[in-house]
Amino acid sequence: MRIECPICGSRDRREFYYQGAAVALDRPAPDAGDAVWDVYLHLRDNPAGETRDLWQHEGGCGAWLVVTRDTVTHAISAVELASDVKRAMA
Amino acid sequence: MRFSGLRVLREGLTGNRGWTPHWRDPEPKPEYDAVIIGGGGHGLSTAYYLAKNHGMTNIAVLEKGYLGGGNVGRNTTVVRGNYFMPGNSEFYSHSLKLWEGLSQELNYNVMFSQRGVIMLYHSDAQRDAAARRGNAMINQGDDAELLDRNALRKLLPYLDYDNGRFPVHGGLLHRRGGTARHDAVAWGYARGADQRGVDLIQQCEVTGIDIENGAVRGVQTTRGPIRAKKVAIVTAGRSGQVAAMAGMRLPIESHVLQAFVTEGLKPVIDHVVSFGMGHFYISQSDKGGLVFGGDLDFYASYAQRGNLPMMEHVMEAGMTLMPMLGKARVLRSWGGIMDMTPDGSPIIDKTATEGLFIDCGWCYGGFKAVPASGFALAHLMATGQHHETAAGFRLDRFRSGEGLMDEEATGSQHNLH
Repeated sequence: MRIECPICGSRDRREFYYQGAAVALDRPAPDAGDAVWDVYLHLRDNPAGETRDLWQHEGGCGAWLVVTRDTVTHAISAVELASDVKRAMA
Repeated sequence: MRFSGLRVLREGLTGNRGWTPHWRDPEPKPEYDAVIIGGGGHGLSTAYYLAKNHGMTNIAVLEKGYLGGGNVGRNTTVVRGNYFMPGNSEFYSHSLKLWEGLSQELNYNVMFSQRGVIMLYHSDAQRDAAARRGNAMINQGDDAELLDRNALRKLLPYLDYDNGRFPVHGGLLHRRGGTARHDAVAWGYARGADQRGVDLIQQCEVTGIDIENGAVRGVQTTRGPIRAKKVAIVTAGRSGQVAAMAGMRLPIESHVLQAFVTEGLKPVIDHVVSFGMGHFYISQSDKGGLVFGGDLDFYASYAQRGNLPMMEHVMEAGMTLMPMLGKARVLRSWGGIMDMTPDGSPIIDKTATEGLFIDCGWCYGGFKAVPASGFALAHLMATGQHHETAAGFRLDRFRSGEGLMDEEATGSQHNLH
């Protein structure tokens, strides 16, 4: 598996650290309540198909990436800088 | 049909023409008292114990493929009861006891081989942790022996004891642990359930779960609707998709775990050896293949195959521990889909929908749990009460933070186990 880092180009999967579903970009307020935090921390769609994950290019530029990926075929369809995605969400 | 030595001998002499199918192939009935979604190890053992322990025989197991075609046929067959934490330890202890009587219980040879499981340690601190785990196991009523380097060397002469990074200082021996024939467990439970009247319905995929006024009413399947007031979801890596049919999201991410087997060799590894520091474990099958595995590939996946980096890591760990492995040729590798929970421990519980139960989150330890999981889920479905050995496997422990069972002490978060 290779991931196309927007900064470094196509790199081997070994250079990247996986940090799970990209829900982490949507962190709730500290006082949002336990139900909201449960959803954020634990509950997952866990799709068999297209998913969005956070990966860090820890063996390269260090950037956090949002990778759109198929969990059945491992094919990667899009890689964005997490900072860009976060800015677009604001 | 029952198996016996005499029968095997007679069939062997008469061309094996007297064997009959082990279970029926029934058409689904319009209604059952209970329906179990998933004909893997856990689903089949649940059906068996519902029928045997609780007299519920008007039940069906619905399997979208064929019986035992999922993880129960794709694992590395290790059975052990060396868990540490309350909640887990009594459950796996119970499971190990069920394993010990399983071939007799089912009249089906599950080839349970108590060859001993050895967890290695590499430092004084790890020895102390191993001693603590061993004491916890003994307190639970199970067996554990702390072996120093010399005692271990007698059992495992082939390790690289003076490895520069991970010198082997000793190991924790759990003699009652070992391996079993994975397919036979599924088949034995299937036959036992079928003999008690359970309908095992294959090629029957559940496409919907019917819920009215907060209570389950049945399921929609590719072979028509089936009514039932009790439905259990026992679908391992696919738990998320099935639970979504009931409007649920689960604290689960599905990951791929790889395993490997070499060509058949003469007996060389007599135990199950676990090298925690390398995320590597190995045993030798009765056929002679060295069966070994490592860690998750560590990204969400439903592909039943892994990628090369983890394969490379596993081979390196194996070579580090047992340089002789370099002479063996790998025959094949495969991947199974693990339903990973945040704390690495499973879920056997009711859901917010009345009559709907769930048994999932077995992470990479589901095989050894097959007997006790079915035993406990059957108890919960029949009586409405959690069985005492599985009372800690609650679905709501993540939300409340109470009763988390984080065996590896890495934190209750996704992607840490």
